[in-house]
Amino acid sequence: MESRRDFLKIAATGAVLLGSQNKLGLAAALDQHTENGKSKVVVARDAALHDANAQLDEKRVQALLDHAIATYTGRDKPVDAWKRIVPVGKVIGLKVNGLGGKGISTHLALIMAVCERLQQAGVKPGNIVIWERDARSLQACGLTINTDSSRVRCYGNDVAGYEDQPVVFGTVSVKLAKILTRECDMVINLPILKDHELAGVTFSMKNMYGVVERPNQLHAGGCNPAVADLNCIPTIREKVRFTIGDAMSSVYDGGPGFHPERLWQPNALIVGEDRVAVDHTAWQMIERKRAEVGKPTLEAAGRPPRYIATAADATHNLGSNDPQRFHLMEV
Amino acid sequence: MKFRSTKSILAILAIAALVSTACIGCKKKSADPFPKSGAVAGWEKTGETRTFAAKDLWQYIDGDAEQYTAAGVVSTSTSDYKYQSQLEATVDVYTMGDAGGARKILENGQTKDAKIVQLGDAGITYAQSIIFRKGPSLVRIVAYESTPDAPQALLALAQAVEAKL
Repeated sequence: MESRRDFLKIAATGAVLLGSQNKLGLAAALDQHTENGKSKVVVARDAALHDANAQLDEKRVQALLDHAIATYTGRDKPVDAWKRIVPVGKVIGLKVNGLGGKGISTHLALIMAVCERLQQAGVKPGNIVIWERDARSLQACGLTINTDSSRVRCYGNDVAGYEDQPVVFGTVSVKLAKILTRECDMVINLPILKDHELAGVTFSMKNMYGVVERPNQLHAGGCNPAVADLNCIPTIREKVRFTIGDAMSSVYDGGPGFHPERLWQPNALIVGEDRVAVDHTAWQMIERKRAEVGKPTLEAAGRPPRYIATAADATHNLGSNDPQRFHLMEV
Repeated sequence: MKFRSTKSILAILAIAALVSTACIGCKKKSADPFPKSGAVAGWEKTGETRTFAAKDLWQYIDGDAEQYTAAGVVSTSTSDYKYQSQLEATVDVYTMGDAGGARKILENGQTKDAKIVQLGDAGITYAQSIIFRKGPSLVRIVAYESTPDAPQALLALAQAVEAKL
């Protein structure tokens, strides 16, 4: 782990944000590697994020998001920071997660905070698409369905549909959501951290199960190598560029559904472009909580998230699962 | 001849009685376990009941469905409720192939802080949820907030569901 000062030194050299054009021709200033070849992950925390009644303080969520993004980009002004992240004149998708129902879905306060900053950075409201598998999942996040392109759009794959032809990588053959393939130029991934009965942990990479028609077909072997294979599909790999992971509340056991008795509040956001490093960091957060409450490790429970290592292997090369090879900043 | 026809009539009556009994059984099994709005003080049923066959359960609880399938789930019904226009809750009724399947799910999901509750064949409760089984049915009621009156309100709703199973 590095101090913020060390990290900003790297950022100040211009090495953190290279401003490179990606394969899709986006003008996004994102690049997941620093000068020394390391990717980076920011974990931003605010212990006072929830009040005594376990309600989120929306202003603190906005402030936490700004803190995370400022640390990540090395830009203190939120608008400047966001301009480094999103391309101008493109459609930005926000892939949220509402699968677990009302109690354990991407928090509305975070989604709204991201929308606010995107618009301040020059993204037109109609060029923002908040999306999930279906209306019910979006409503679980507290969202209202809207297809009117004069405002921020919000609808599911149940409205836009899936491509007719499957795409294949490794073990997976899936039909992708048209919102991903046809509407979004870039996607910001907004998963929520959860324990997962099959995969061990669900966060950044696993959230892509919501962009395919039949995710239930990708569950074999603890979702390994399916999660890694899925994220290697070019459209996903290239468009889903950035994760703002919601670890403000989470379930450390019994997931991915809502189990209030196993809910806890890490009060954190986990931010990064390296989806493997983000997931590795999230996994460790879950393991620490499980140890704290006397639960066995996920390995001992028979469901280690092996897909994370698979995603880092030479075949997939999606990022790094070695803490020595990415910058972890906890602020 | 007369004896033969009497025998036939008796056989027909016996079959009719069997069919009638079976139909009563069918009717009982397919009865709606979800209390209507107002049936339990303070509780309003806020959504339509949705039902998923075992093969479609992933559409409701993707990632969780496998454990229910492994335990022999036949179908799952769910509906949303609201208590005193504030506390939101969801009632899930899993119909398993037999009582063993319901027992398996209940026992697997139990944590140390569960409190025993007298409901159906066995039940446990937490601050925001109640889970119980009755025959092949497993019922899970979850509230989305922790309020002082949530445990008592959930118990009242659970008792109403139990009575309808």
